[in-house]
Amino acid sequence: MTLAAASHGFLSPTGVEIAFLLVGLVTFGAAVVTVTTRQLVHAALWLVVALGGLAVEYLLLTAEFIAWVQVLIYVGAVVVLILFGLMLTRAPIGRSPDADSGNRWAALTVAVASAAALVWVVVDAFRTTWIDLDGPAAGSTAVTGASLFQNWVLPFEALSVLLLAALVGAIVLSRKAKAARAGEAPPAKTSPTGASSSGTSPSGASSSGTSQTGGVR
Amino acid sequence: MNDALDVTLRLLIVFVVFLAFPLIVGQTEHKVMAHMQGRLGPMYAGGFHGWAQLVADGVKFAQKEDVVPADADRRIFQLAPAVALLPYLLVLLAIPVGPGEGAVGQVVDAGVFFVLAVMGVGVLGSLMAGWSSANKFSLLGGLRTAAQLLAYELPMLLTAASVAMAAGTVSLVGILDAFEWWWLPWQIVGAVVFFVAGLAELQRPPFDMPVADSEIIFGAYTEYTGLRFALFLLAEYAGIVVLCGLTTVLFLGGWHGPWGADGLGWVWTLLKAAVLAFVVIWLRVTYPRLREDQLQKLSWTLLVPLSLAQIALTGVVKVVIA
Repeated sequence: MTLAAASHGFLSPTGVEIAFLLVGLVTFGAAVVTVTTRQLVHAALWLVVALGGLAVEYLLLTAEFIAWVQVLIYVGAVVVLILFGLMLTRAPIGRSPDADSGNRWAALTVAVASAAALVWVVVDAFRTTWIDLDGPAAGSTAVTGASLFQNWVLPFEALSVLLLAALVGAIVLSRKAKAARAGEAPPAKTSPTGASSSGTSPSGASSSGTSQTGGVR
Repeated sequence: MNDALDVTLRLLIVFVVFLAFPLIVGQTEHKVMAHMQGRLGPMYAGGFHGWAQLVADGVKFAQKEDVVPADADRRIFQLAPAVALLPYLLVLLAIPVGPGEGAVGQVVDAGVFFVLAVMGVGVLGSLMAGWSSANKFSLLGGLRTAAQLLAYELPMLLTAASVAMAAGTVSLVGILDAFEWWWLPWQIVGAVVFFVAGLAELQRPPFDMPVADSEIIFGAYTEYTGLRFALFLLAEYAGIVVLCGLTTVLFLGGWHGPWGADGLGWVWTLLKAAVLAFVVIWLRVTYPRLREDQLQKLSWTLLVPLSLAQIALTGVVKVVIA
């Protein structure tokens, strides 16, 4: 800590540092509201604010590529899928009295413990690392790509295989469920017409869609 | 001071384009559709061939009462049009119309990702509107919007990635700088897939199931009136401008043309985008509406395999010429 403080100092913050802190507070606030609100869809929308705030933080650290991918995958795809799932099942307007859990204290303990562990590890690992915001962008697409495919190829490929396994797993699970249904009742082949089909077709596609976003990520 | 003036001027120009071009596309749609259907279209407002029809429509929308249904989720209902419209304004900032630094609102390093990511946020507006209206038709529209996303998002990303591979950069300006004329036949499959997927994103016919006025009464926008409804309409036409501009920049070479690249580059961009916008209108008059499951089938059995084949082709050619 002393080494970092000696070279940069904490008492004369720059504009970027102040903005980073403010956006961080907004992100944190949105995240807290996400898990405490009683309105299910509002929780998903506050999640958008939290994820968008994270993207702004990446931008402030010049990691432009990561920021846009964050918006593309999490705001544009994952939250839309969450909203889709909510609308398909249950999305009442107003409060849901049962949107509460008896495990809230256990959940809080786990959350605080994992947050503390993460903060401790990250601070300990990077306490002397400073990102030079004035120089050439340290997180531009070219730099990110070069480091990803030069230094981190093996973890990257391992993750790809993991996602592929999840993809195949999703297909197998959805086919198994279909086979089980076909075994229970004789398959009634009805030709879907007009608006009535649109209610059923998206649910069939949603499983492949979920794995699709996993594949992109 | 000079920098501030420069930024202000750029923002102002982009804003004027954002307000004017959708109106031009809308008026063109009135007229083109009318002539394709053997009628005249608007003829009286403004005198000459009804040029002021959309301005009059705007005045009419502004005069209407702004109604929020009693059971609706007020704040989200009112916020939704802004969420649907603003992303297109931001995307317009990053689309280059001519060569050099002067002809783009803001150079974005990861331009392709920026435009696709921000365009994707617009879907949230339709979802918010569909849910918060407390109307089953609206909810159905919102559901169809989300289901549609599963169909178009992947082919769009894959074909854009193909262009980025060809150019070796994800910057829109960089892609145009690297463009050669023979990219046109090389990337043509990707271009068609991107354009079709974009139509599905904009919910334009033949992929307008989420608004389908004859089935679910304009879907997510059923309960909207007045200015807020006008904002959703503006978002649709701004979306056409953005999609045509993006297809032009990514696949058709933007400001490159047979001649006049120095001073008249922007004319080429506008010309190509205008032709594409005409095609968008043409398709609306020509094709019947698909069902949502037909779009899923089209996407997963045709568009996704085609875009993967395009990426493979791009990779092979790239390796061969390198």
